[in-house]
Order: sequence, then structure tokens, then C-alpha cells
Amino acid sequence: MRPYIREKKNFTFDDVPENTSFEAGYLTTVNSGWRSIRPVINSGKCVGCEQCYLYCPDGVISIDNGKAVIDYDFCKGCGICAKICKIGAIEMEAERK
Amino acid sequence: MANKTAESISRDEFFYGHKACAGCGGSLAVRAALKVLGPNVVSVLPAGCMSAVGFNFPQLCFSNNSIISTFAGTASMLTGVEAGLRARGYKDFTAVGFAGDGGTADIGIQALSGAIDRNDNIIYICYDNEAYMNTGIQKSGLTPFGAKTTTTPAGKNIHGNIRPKKNMFEIAAAHDIPYAATASIGNLPDFIKKVQKASQIQGTKYIHVIAPCPTGWGVAPDETVAIAKEVVESGLWYLAEYENGNFKLNYKPKEFSSVEAYLKKQGRFKHLADEDIKLIEASRDKKWEYINKNFEL
Ligand SMILES: Cc1ncc(C[n+]2csc(CCOP(=O)(O)OP(=O)(O)O)c2C)c(N)n1
Ligand code: SF4
Ligand code: SF4
Ligand code: SF4
Ligand SMILES: [Mg+2]
Repeated sequence: MRPYIREKKNFTFDDVPENTSFEAGYLTTVNSGWRSIRPVINSGKCVGCEQCYLYCPDGVISIDNGKAVIDYDFCKGCGICAKICKIGAIEMEAERK
Repeated sequence: MANKTAESISRDEFFYGHKACAGCGGSLAVRAALKVLGPNVVSVLPAGCMSAVGFNFPQLCFSNNSIISTFAGTASMLTGVEAGLRARGYKDFTAVGFAGDGGTADIGIQALSGAIDRNDNIIYICYDNEAYMNTGIQKSGLTPFGAKTTTTPAGKNIHGNIRPKKNMFEIAAAHDIPYAATASIGNLPDFIKKVQKASQIQGTKYIHVIAPCPTGWGVAPDETVAIAKEVVESGLWYLAEYENGNFKLNYKPKEFSSVEAYLKKQGRFKHLADEDIKLIEASRDKKWEYINKNFEL
């Protein structure tokens, strides 16, 4: 399970918690706009070794049916996954604007 | 294709959607540790990058219970969290702290020392990016010799930081702590094993994980993991544990990789002269002489 995007309420001053607690894992904004390059997985090559899943600082890679898949809403395009993949199954491509 | 490390930790993500720079090593350390400790962990984060990127109301990127402490107070808040939950009858939980190098070796050191002295049942993880990054790269007690920061500039006469890195691992060990370890985000199987081990031990546990910061070190975002491996291969960092009064070295490079190559890859060391690099090599060799003599393999 991963935290997911919630509806962004228009917080008024009254909605802001008076004590310092709020719901954990409450996401309202994505990080996809940070990317200039994006990792693309070649599923034909991917052997599901999970190295990219382990080393992604943002935790956006998961393994589905033995293949790596990326949550592009939160991938920042750092390129660590492409470097760690020994068999070259991840290619960094320019982000189309 | 089974990956033993991946199988040993939770598939859930507990640090997700955070606003750390692309390729941030600190965020990888926090993410990996939380995947070891699971949903019943309460994490405490002092002022520093990991709290700054994790808590941006209403965006809260920890899906476990998590709280910001004062800059100096990581360990004291951990003490309180652990005692409070225990007093309320909770049994199945872990109190873990994630503090930066500044928050640990400088301002937070007395709170940490006090917690170890009381042997409170907590895990304290120092993610070491070797400077005060969240406020724009100032020198901390864990900034290495020669590194350029905004408070240790590199000029003609002085070539960056003139002081060596504090030995926080052995400072923690010197309290006769039940468990202390060093780690690197370049070797996650080792780091994850150490967090697993710490979670099984009663009393205070201290883990010091080197966590490169592309922004402050002047390396590309995709270099973080590679540089965290290289710092170990070059002998400028080491993987070790302290347990039952003994130091143990977990990994010994057959031959050190080039210190110069490691340094010159990073913007913060670009200015170093050959003499500076010789000094860094000499202090590495002296450290390893000590390790070889005093740590078991
Ligand atoms: C008492 C106090 N002094 C100073 C600050 C300002 N401050 C916030 S974060 C930070 C730097 C933290 O450095 P470090 O602990 O190494 O963590 P990093 O940001 O590198 O992750 C400083 C100086 C503060 N929040 N509280
Ligand atoms: S590292 Fe490469 S081969 Fe391994 S799971 Fe990721 S994409 Fe697939
Ligand atoms: S580019 Fe970086 S953030 Fe995106 S999937 Fe790869 S490692 Fe994760
Ligand atoms: S400045 Fe460094 S430590 Fe802070 S979020 Fe960016 S990469 Fe991480
Ligand atoms: Mg720091």
C-alpha cells in the first residue's frame, strides 16, 4: 500500500488543526512536474530483480507480475534506477512538454 | 527472480510523495528503514531536510505516526514517545529517530548521550549528508576535511573545512551502548540488516548511515548511490558494528579505490590540491591501521 492523492480542500483558517496533529500519509500534490527526463522500463528485458525498487529514493517502483512498474505521479527522474539496473532495462528519455 | 532483501521488508511505502531533491540519499535511508520497521513505528524527525521535505501541511508524506522535534531534541522526544506509549499499555511499537549530521553530532549530541545513558529502548538513525543541508550547506561536526561549505569556503589560503570528521559511531559506542553500527545507502542489504537487528535488541540503538546529498556534494542526482558505494570502497567510510563491547568490521575492501577519483567527482572537493589529497589519504590509512588492530573481521 502507498499513500495516495487526496482531494485538496481549500483550507480555511478554521480547518487548520489547532493541535499539531493531522492525518498521516495525506498527499495533495504530485512531483511529476519536477522531471526533465523520465525512466522508461523495457519490460521485455526486465528480469524483476528488484534492484531499482530497492534503491529508488522515492519508492515509486513496484514489481507487478515480475516486472518493474513506475508511479509517474511521484517519480522525480533522478535516474538512480537506470544506473542500478545491471541489464540496462531502464532508459532515461527526455520528458515531452 | 527473488531478491532476499526485498523479501525481508514491507512492500508498503511509508515515506512517499516527499519533496526531497531528486536522488536524495537521506530520503532513501528513511524510506528503507521504515520499510523494515513497519506500520507500528513512531518516527521522530528534528529540524533538517527530512522533516522539511516530509511535513508540508496538508501534504504529510509519512504514512506511519510521525512527529517533528526541536533541532536538539530528537533523542529526548524518542524517550518521551517510548515511555508514553509504554505507559498507555502499547507493546508492539518502535520509536525511531531520523536526525541529520548537524542534529546528531552537534546540537543533538547531549540529548542522544542522555538517552544512551538511560538505555532507553529507542532506535536513533543519523543520516549523514556531511553538512547542514536544509539551511543551505553549512559545516557540521561531520563535514569531512577539505569540504567546501558556505561556512568553510575554499580560497587561496584555506582549502575548505580544516577539521576532520567527528567519530560519532565510536562516540556512541563509548557509552557502552547495546548496539551501534555504521552503514551506507550504497549498500542497502547491509543497512537493512542492521535496522532489522536493531529492532530486535532491547535498549538504545544507534545507526550512522552515510547518505550523500547531490545538492550539497555537487554530484548528479543519479550518482548518489554510486558515490555512497565509492566512499566505502575508497576507505573513507567503513561498515562496522559495535555489540557486547566489541567492534566488528563488516566489509574490508580488497584494495582501496582511488581517494582522488572519489573526491574529484564532487563539486565540494574540486578545489583540493595534491597535498590536501595526500593528507586525506594519510588520515584514511591511520584510521585503517586502528581498525585493523581493534576491530574483529
Ligand atoms: C535550535 C535551532 N537552531 C537552528 C535551526 C535552523 N535549522 C533548521 S534545519 C538546520 C540544518 C540541519 O542540518 P542537519 O541536521 O545536518 O540535517 P540536514 O538538513 O542536513 O538534513 C538548521 C540549522 C533550528 N531549526 N533550530
Ligand atoms: S533493476 Fe532492471 S531488471 Fe531489475 S527489476 Fe529493475 S528494471 Fe527490472
Ligand atoms: S528516476 Fe528516480 S524517482 Fe524515478 S523511478 Fe527512477 S529512481 Fe525512482
Ligand atoms: S538538500 Fe540534500 S539532503 Fe536535503 S533534500 Fe536535497 S538532496 Fe536531500
Ligand atoms: Mg546534514
